[in-house]
Amino acid sequence: MEASAKTTKQSKFAGKAHHLATPLLRTERMPHIWCPGCGIGTSVNCFVAAIEKAKIPTDKLAVVSGIGCTGRVAGYTRLDSFHTTHGRAIPFATGLALANPELTVVVYSGDGDLSAIGGNHLIHAARRNVNLTVICVNNFIYGMTGGQVAPTTPETARASTAPYGSYEPAFNLPKLVETCGAVYVARWTTAHVRQLARAMGEAIQKKGFSFVEVVSPCPTLYARLNRLGDGLDMMKFFRDNSEIRNQAPTSELDIALQGKIVVGKFVDREAPTYLQKMNAHLSNVLGERFNRWGEPTASGEEPY
Amino acid sequence: MSPSEDPGTNTKKKKPTVKKRPQGVRLVVDAELCKGCGFCVEFCPTDALALSAEFNRKGYHPPVVVEDDCIYCEVCELICPEFSIFCVDEKEAPPDNGGGKSGTQKG
Amino acid sequence: MLQSADPKGVLPGEHYLDGDWACAEGALAAGCRFVSGYPITPSTEVVERFSRRIPTVGGVFIQMEDEIASSICLQGAVWAGRKAMTVTSGPGFSLMMEHLGLAVMTEAPCVFVNVQRGGPSTGLPTQPGQADVMQARWGSHGDYEIIAVCPSSPQEAFDLTLLAFNLSEEYRVPAIVLLDECVGHMFEKVVIPKAEDIQVFARRYTQQAKDDYKPYKVEYDGWIPGMVKAGDGYNFHITGLTHDERGYPAMNTQTQEVLVHRLVDKIRLNADKIARYEEIQIEDAEVVVIAYGITSRVAHAAVASARAQGVKVGLLRPLVIWPFPETRVRELAQRVKGFLVVELNYGQIFYEVERVVAGRARVNLLGHGGGTVHEPEVVLDEIMRVVRA
Repeated sequence: MEASAKTTKQSKFAGKAHHLATPLLRTERMPHIWCPGCGIGTSVNCFVAAIEKAKIPTDKLAVVSGIGCTGRVAGYTRLDSFHTTHGRAIPFATGLALANPELTVVVYSGDGDLSAIGGNHLIHAARRNVNLTVICVNNFIYGMTGGQVAPTTPETARASTAPYGSYEPAFNLPKLVETCGAVYVARWTTAHVRQLARAMGEAIQKKGFSFVEVVSPCPTLYARLNRLGDGLDMMKFFRDNSEIRNQAPTSELDIALQGKIVVGKFVDREAPTYLQKMNAHLSNVLGERFNRWGEPTASGEEPY
Repeated sequence: MSPSEDPGTNTKKKKPTVKKRPQGVRLVVDAELCKGCGFCVEFCPTDALALSAEFNRKGYHPPVVVEDDCIYCEVCELICPEFSIFCVDEKEAPPDNGGGKSGTQKG
Repeated sequence: MLQSADPKGVLPGEHYLDGDWACAEGALAAGCRFVSGYPITPSTEVVERFSRRIPTVGGVFIQMEDEIASSICLQGAVWAGRKAMTVTSGPGFSLMMEHLGLAVMTEAPCVFVNVQRGGPSTGLPTQPGQADVMQARWGSHGDYEIIAVCPSSPQEAFDLTLLAFNLSEEYRVPAIVLLDECVGHMFEKVVIPKAEDIQVFARRYTQQAKDDYKPYKVEYDGWIPGMVKAGDGYNFHITGLTHDERGYPAMNTQTQEVLVHRLVDKIRLNADKIARYEEIQIEDAEVVVIAYGITSRVAHAAVASARAQGVKVGLLRPLVIWPFPETRVRELAQRVKGFLVVELNYGQIFYEVERVVAGRARVNLLGHGGGTVHEPEVVLDEIMRVVRA
């Protein structure tokens, strides 16, 4: 070991008096409403760690949530945050991002909110490659309202509106968003905290439409209705049944009930964002008459 | 009982030997925020945590550091959904590090 | 906080425009630089015009995937600091109701344009109706008040769209421009003044410091919180849940009482200040015709004919239809024999007038299913019948 290891490790914690998330949490609202063993809080930890590591300027960071358990994330983050309507965080975020391209806009919502009622907006924002990051916490169910079936509920799993088990095929979210045009697609579980934090950081810094699926336990509804134990049991299951396969084809990422969960980074490519295309095209067509939208970034790049 | 005592549920690998620990750091628990989910205990790579026998006001058993095997890797801090366990500069730590007062006996 | 319009959005001079285009010009003159819309007859020309104009003015038009997205996308733009608008007709207006409520609850200044067509349901896409008036007032769920304006000409489509933006900024409430297909698709002369002669109500931002900032603390006029925008370091939180001054969800009776009562009262108790209407030959009228939008032009012709025959009839034409000009109608009810409400529906403002008049005078309705406008002769006949009754 290096002689300076002791000093290096000391300086990392020197002066640290709070939890890593404290500066970005509305601590006056703690404890939060999420159940014991729910993974949403864990995902927020990873989110804060990602923001701090990437040194994202928090004054320019906005979080937009929909409705549901994950939808409450916006209310707990000490950022410009918006708790909007069910399924509509993405179009709201689109308005924010386009009206002020200097903002870094993160949509933080659940699988039901984003892929059921919000599905149309998900596919169009991905298609347009709007410069947004979507963090989708997937607990395979509608938690807040009491455990109804979601588009991500695996076949045969039970839910309050599928009391004999679901007979609908479930969405494969990474495949869906890749098909629509997302430039960054990753999936991790809440048991993979370091990888998840890293993926969130990459997604947020990526230009264009990034999507991170966070597989998370729902102890009170999904686990209970399907007799999967508690949150800890689900976390152990995630740890022991995940297979890390970066760059796996998204067609291979379906999740069956208590089946293998393929995690990793699946898509990371470059494509011009909605705003870049708007500015380039209108500039091309209108020439000098065009009043370009958005200021160049600090490094002189086109706004994105 | 802690997960490492119950071979039936222990799906973790053999506990690693701790080579070097940072100095001047403490692991602190904000006991009243804990909801007893057990993530920290399970995911600690050195089995340094267990749920205490004490209760907090809501009736949960907050974790306590059982042995001096904590290497301040911060996994518990990252994985805790309640933001209630974290590493601090030892100068900032409360006298009893928060948390439960006693751990379970190690076998 | 009135200031001159930004010249970049103003096309001064005399133009020959239809109501939809004039509405787009009114928005641009008001400083609107963001529109999220979805095509629907007979409103589409508003966004077509805006999409053609905005690249040279500077701003964004985005055609969203549906009206639900359109009606919330503009609100994101509002919280990023822009004046923003969305545009639709009946079926799309119905889809937008949830987000109208969100704008009310979060007090987002913005404009929703509804170019009314025949309804219900798919109805008469290319033909006029005025049957969304009550929906504009009550269409979203919960207790609330909004502001709505009724242009009766392309010139008014310009003027009242500008007014809608101004009122929405002053009261931090969504304002609805209730055009109808006739006015929307009618070409007439529209005079657009020079930018320095156009008064625009600038957004009133908060005076509070950033630490301990409360987004819903009342700062203006005794009713209105100061506005804020993302990216300025205020780290504010906005939610559609019942919330306290900090913007945090506070779902209890007391907070509901304080918040919702203020949302309602800020409009209700300022209704007289917000009211705008035109009166034609009211002073000695024994019967007052009440009409708005395209119908008011038909009614005006009928009133003129009646006066030519010596009948003492007048016209009250609301420009702001919500809040309804109650005070004035109550005043008139003290001295007139009766009212005749003429509208392109089977009775909407009619019930409002009945409510306000409260039996002090007779209230009659000349309704119409829509598809076309009333004929002036038919209105005249009804005026005569009411006068003689």
